[in-house]
Amino acid sequence: MTVEQGIFLFIGFVILFSAFMMVTRSNLIHAALYLVLVLFGVAVLFVLLDAGFLAVVQIIVYIGAIAILMIFAVMLTRGNVTGEAISMNSVFGWGLLLCSLFGFALIIMLGQWPGAAALAPALPANWNEVSELGVALVSPQGYVIPFEVASVLLLAALIGAIVVARPPQKDE
Amino acid sequence: MSFWQDPIAVIGQLILDLLHSLNLPEGWIVFIYTLISVVAVASFGLLLVIFLIWLERKVAARFQDRVGPNRAGPFGLLQTFADMVKLVTKEDVVPEKADKLIFNLAPILSLIAVLLIWAVVPFAPGWIGTDLNVGVLYIAAVGSFGILSVLMAGWSSNNKYALLGAFRAVAQLISYEVPMLLTMMIPVLLARGMGMVQMVTVQDTWFIFLAPAAGIIFLVSSIAEIGRTPFDLLEAESELVAGYHTEYTGMKFGMFFAAEFLHAFTVGVLFAILFLGGWRGPGAEEIPILGMFYLMIKGFLGYFVVMWVRSTLPRIRIDHMMAFNWKFLTPVALALLILTALLDKIFAGTALRLPALLGANLVVLALGYWISTLMSRRQAKERTKFKKRPVAKPA
Amino acid sequence: MQNTWIFVGIFAAIAGVFPLLPIVAARFLAPSKPNTIKLDTYECGMETVGDTWVQFKVQYYIYALVFLIFDLEVAFLFPWAVAFDMLPLFAVVEGIIFILILGGGLLYAWRKGALEWS
Repeated sequence: MTVEQGIFLFIGFVILFSAFMMVTRSNLIHAALYLVLVLFGVAVLFVLLDAGFLAVVQIIVYIGAIAILMIFAVMLTRGNVTGEAISMNSVFGWGLLLCSLFGFALIIMLGQWPGAAALAPALPANWNEVSELGVALVSPQGYVIPFEVASVLLLAALIGAIVVARPPQKDE
Repeated sequence: MSFWQDPIAVIGQLILDLLHSLNLPEGWIVFIYTLISVVAVASFGLLLVIFLIWLERKVAARFQDRVGPNRAGPFGLLQTFADMVKLVTKEDVVPEKADKLIFNLAPILSLIAVLLIWAVVPFAPGWIGTDLNVGVLYIAAVGSFGILSVLMAGWSSNNKYALLGAFRAVAQLISYEVPMLLTMMIPVLLARGMGMVQMVTVQDTWFIFLAPAAGIIFLVSSIAEIGRTPFDLLEAESELVAGYHTEYTGMKFGMFFAAEFLHAFTVGVLFAILFLGGWRGPGAEEIPILGMFYLMIKGFLGYFVVMWVRSTLPRIRIDHMMAFNWKFLTPVALALLILTALLDKIFAGTALRLPALLGANLVVLALGYWISTLMSRRQAKERTKFKKRPVAKPA
Repeated sequence: MQNTWIFVGIFAAIAGVFPLLPIVAARFLAPSKPNTIKLDTYECGMETVGDTWVQFKVQYYIYALVFLIFDLEVAFLFPWAVAFDMLPLFAVVEGIIFILILGGGLLYAWRKGALEWS
């Protein structure tokens, strides 16, 4: 086993453990902090895949913004959420069954996929993933339409968020 | 290459030779060598804190016409060590209602977040922890752990003041991160790369001359990021006791304290790297130790401005602070980014690049200032529309 | 895995150990005489009234949302800035359009008073 595989196994275990803890905690802040751990683990996986840029963006966007947003949202709720909230209900058994079936099917499908066993090809020397991404984002042969649509989508998200979250004004 | 010109390279070679002579496998040699350099960089950061606390107290004292620490050791240099001994022997009170694990993790995380920045600081040619190709974004990413540690400290204390302080702090930190990220992008644009080594080596003309307005906005938003006066609303002691670290005592408070001081100097160093040419200076390429000297001088320049502002300006009101960020810094930073991109593409490689960028920066800054004074005047007029209240007049 | 990141990994571990040392040292050196009043929540000499969990203003949430949008914008624009030399003028203009669209979002938030701290 190489060092890389060792790190992968360790991080994979941390991610699965934190994910499990996250969905089972009744304390919402604890759940959010476990979620941060999961997201951090994913960033480490990106580093293992030679995608340093995605790793830092993962941390900036998911830990720096989305996790904070979630904790803010938790604090917006009224009353004591830290108490004994029940995280299971009567259809828990059905949910578990469906999830295991889905997971089982996913494992079988991935086992048949030839890419799962193949090794990633080595990157060419002087490969700079950031500038490659930058060129691809704005070149007409690349992703310029999705790039501009993304900005419109972000704009729509911003406007929608303000319309929904802003308290009604007195003068309107 | 003699020892006095480049001690780090000489010592590094010595350690490598020693490791090779032990006949260890190649992987272990890399690991041990990396470990030694990590410990070297991290201890440099922590030792710096001890000196910085003394320096800041001396400078703050001078601004207030005092002498500052002068009892322990020559010029009071040993004062910080005395303080450390005091902090270590203080009782460490963990409130009963606190969430123990998160409460204990938060101060450690806050220091980690600041220390990690030093992994990518280029001290001199060849002296760098690791030259990540995403260096500038890495610094921003590490900063988000600092924000997380504030939230963790405030929430786990189970104290209203701490929680309120933490929420105010986080609202301030995330708001000022927007202009900071935008102005960090301008040096990246000018350098055509995010690596910290590249950032320094391309600065034949310092970026402060190509983007002075961006430099000023970066420094201002960085002061807000470290929570120094005039942006110290996160620990406004007259309103919130001590903000998010109200419940912390002893060494755990010391960690927040050390993290804040180190962060303040780190901001100075980052400003030096992004805008003042890092270690660049006469003779720095040949004699790396000179480069280290230049970087520290430039870093202290930025740090001195931070201290100066801290000693001069009063705390601003929270609504003013938010308005200043969202209605002045962010639009100006956006305008600067657009103009820099456009002009740099048009005038790339010509002699007009410097004057065009410099002129655009100054025009944007002047326009922004003019518009904001116009708006504040209009607001002042609206305020005076209220009826005058009867007041007692002196006879 | 890139070699440059090994340094960061080891650095993170060491940076965690360094602040731990004085905290552990304090555990042995510092006195520990807890009592009920000392361990109570600090509240300027008064007893705490009610729960710590107070409901926060929606304002915090809106700021976080606007921040998230700009954070994402920055994540998209950094590669554009790095690849600047390889881009023709119209590609630069595309990036500028991207910024302008989100600048419109900022203007909307401004006009709607979402940036007001009330």
